Amino acid sequence: MQVTRSSRLSRIAMLVAAIALVLLAAAPWWAGRAELRLLGEIFLYMSLATLWNLLAGYAGLISVGQQAYVGLGGYAFFALTMLFGVPLYLALPLAALAGAVIAAPVAALIFRLRGAYFAIGTWVMAEVFRLTATQIPALGGGSGTSLPATLARTLADSRDGRDAAAYWLALAVVVLVIGAAFLILRSRQGIALTAIRDNELAARSLGIDIWRTKFMVYVAVAGLTTLVGALIFLQKLRISPEAAFSANDWTAFVIFIVVIGGIGTLEGPILGTLIFFALRETMADLGTLYLIALGVVAIAIMLKAPSGLWGLLRARTGAELFPLSFRVTDLPSKKG
Amino acid sequence: MEWLNAILQGTLLGGLYALFAAGLSLIFGVMRLVNIAHGDLIVLAAYLALTVTTLLGLHPLLALLVIVPAMAALGYALQRLVLNRVMGEDILPPLLVTFGLSIILQNGLLTAFSADPQKLQAGALETASISVGGLTVGVLPLIVFATAVAIIGGLQWMFYRTALGRAFRATSDRQDIAQLMGLNRAHVFGLAMALSLAVTAIAGVFLGIRTSFDPAIGGSRLIFGFEAVIIGGLGNLWGTLAGGVILGVAQALGGQVHPGLQLLAGHIVFLFILAVRPRGLFPKMEG
Repeated sequence: MQVTRSSRLSRIAMLVAAIALVLLAAAPWWAGRAELRLLGEIFLYMSLATLWNLLAGYAGLISVGQQAYVGLGGYAFFALTMLFGVPLYLALPLAALAGAVIAAPVAALIFRLRGAYFAIGTWVMAEVFRLTATQIPALGGGSGTSLPATLARTLADSRDGRDAAAYWLALAVVVLVIGAAFLILRSRQGIALTAIRDNELAARSLGIDIWRTKFMVYVAVAGLTTLVGALIFLQKLRISPEAAFSANDWTAFVIFIVVIGGIGTLEGPILGTLIFFALRETMADLGTLYLIALGVVAIAIMLKAPSGLWGLLRARTGAELFPLSFRVTDLPSKKG
Repeated sequence: MEWLNAILQGTLLGGLYALFAAGLSLIFGVMRLVNIAHGDLIVLAAYLALTVTTLLGLHPLLALLVIVPAMAALGYALQRLVLNRVMGEDILPPLLVTFGLSIILQNGLLTAFSADPQKLQAGALETASISVGGLTVGVLPLIVFATAVAIIGGLQWMFYRTALGRAFRATSDRQDIAQLMGLNRAHVFGLAMALSLAVTAIAGVFLGIRTSFDPAIGGSRLIFGFEAVIIGGLGNLWGTLAGGVILGVAQALGGQVHPGLQLLAGHIVFLFILAVRPRGLFPKMEG
C-alpha cells in the first residue's frame, strides 16, 4: 500500500502542460500579432483568476476589490519608470514588492471586518486607491497619462520585438503565478489553507493560526496581483484611474471566470479563463447583453452547481490534473 | 460660517446615507446577508420612479405610492425564488449571487436607459429653502433627513414592539429554534428583504430628486451605506443614522478643503474608525 499525490492522469496532464508550454513559448514565431495579444491577455486573466481563487476559494477571503492591486501595479510601474527612471525590467518586481508592502497594513485594517463585510471593505480600499490616483498630478491626475515611446522602446527596438517581449512576460507571469499557487498548496502552509477552506473551526482546533495564514496569503496574492497589473498596463501603454481601478474589468470578470470554472480548485480558474475567452470572442458584439448573460450564468452555477464546471467533473470522475490531494494506491486485494 | 454651513449640509446629506444604510443593516441583522446589489437596487428604484413620473406625470414623491410596493414585492420574490436557495453557513454563494445580480442590474439599466445622467423633476421643491440665522437650508434635504429619522424610528418600533419584529429578532438569534417555534424561516427572510427594498425605494427616489444618476453609480451608494453601518456599529439602527451623519459631515468638510477630497475624506474617516473602534461607535451585535 502506498500514499501518493500523483496519478496516471496527473502525470499525463503535467506532460501535456510541459509540451504546451514549449509550444506557447515559441508563439512569437508561429502566431500573428493579434493572436499574440489575445494569448497575452488570456495569460494575464488566468493569473488574476488563479490569484483570486487562492483568496476566495482557499483562504475564504472574498475580495471584490482586487482592482485596487491591479491599478496599484499599473500606477507603481508608470511612476517608477516615468518619474524615477527605473529600468522597465527592474520596475516590474519592484512594483510587486510595493504591492505586498502596501497590502500588509491594508490587511491589518480590513481583516477587522468579518465575512461578507470584509468583501465591501476591500471595495472601499479600491476606491481609496482610485481616488488617491486621481490626486497625483505628475501621473495625469483624473485623466491619466501615457508611457513615453522612448521608454517603451527600452523593452525592444522593433515593434515585433516589443510584442514578443510583452508576450513572454505575460507567459512568464502565468507560469510564475500558477507555479506559486501549486507550490503554496503543496506546502505545509497550503495544507493549513486547504484545511481552513474545508472547515475553519476544525482547522483552528488543530492549532492552525488562522489569522496569520490568511494574512500571508492576502499579502502574497496582493504582491502578485500588483505584478500582473504592472504587466497589463505595460501592454496598454496608457493608464487612467478609471481603467486602472475598473471593478468590471479586474474583479467582475475574474470572479465570473473562477465561479464558472470551479472555485477552490487549481484547475477551475484555468478552465474558466478558456471558457470566458471562447465566449467573449464569439459574443463580444452583444456588449452589455454579454455581461448580463455572464451574471445569469454565474447565479445559475451558484444555485445548481456551486463547485463550478471543474467541480462537477471532479465529483463525477475524481479527476485531478495537478497532483495535490493525497490518494492511496496499491491497496492489498481483499481476497480470502 | 462656511464651515458651519458645510457641517449642516453634511448632516442633512447623512440622512440620505442613513436611508441607503437602513435596508442593508436590516437584512444583515435578520439573516447575516450582505447584499452587494443594494446600491444597484437603489438606482433601479430611481429609474422606476423616472419611468412612473414620465408615464403618469406624477410628482416623484407621489410615485413612491407605486415604487415602494413594487420594490417590496421584488424583494420578497428575489429572496424566496433565488437567495433562500443559497442561504447557509457558507457566505460565499449568497455573496456571489448578489454580485451577479449587481452586474445584471447595472447592465440591464444601461441597455434600457443608456448611460446618460437622469434626474427626477420635483418642481419648486428642488430649489425651495428657508433661512435660519444666516444659514440657508434646502427644504428637500430637510425632508430627506426627517424621513430618515422617521423610517429609522419606525424600524426600531417595528423591531421591538411588533410580532413581525419579534419574528425578525428570533430568527436573527437562532434560525433553527425559531423554525421549531413555528416561524417559517423562508417567509421571514422574504419579509425582511421586502422591507429592506421598500426602504431602498424611498432612498432611490430621494437620491433621484437630489442629484443626477446613471446606471453606474450603484456601487458607491452601497459603499456609503456600508460605511454608515460600520461607523455606527452593527445592529444599531440609531447608530446607523449617526454613522450616516458622520460620513456626510466628513465628506462636506473634505469638499470644503478641496473638491477632490470630498469622497476621500469620507473613506478616511471610515478607515480611521475601523482602526480605533473596529466594532463601530455604538455596536449592539457581533459581526
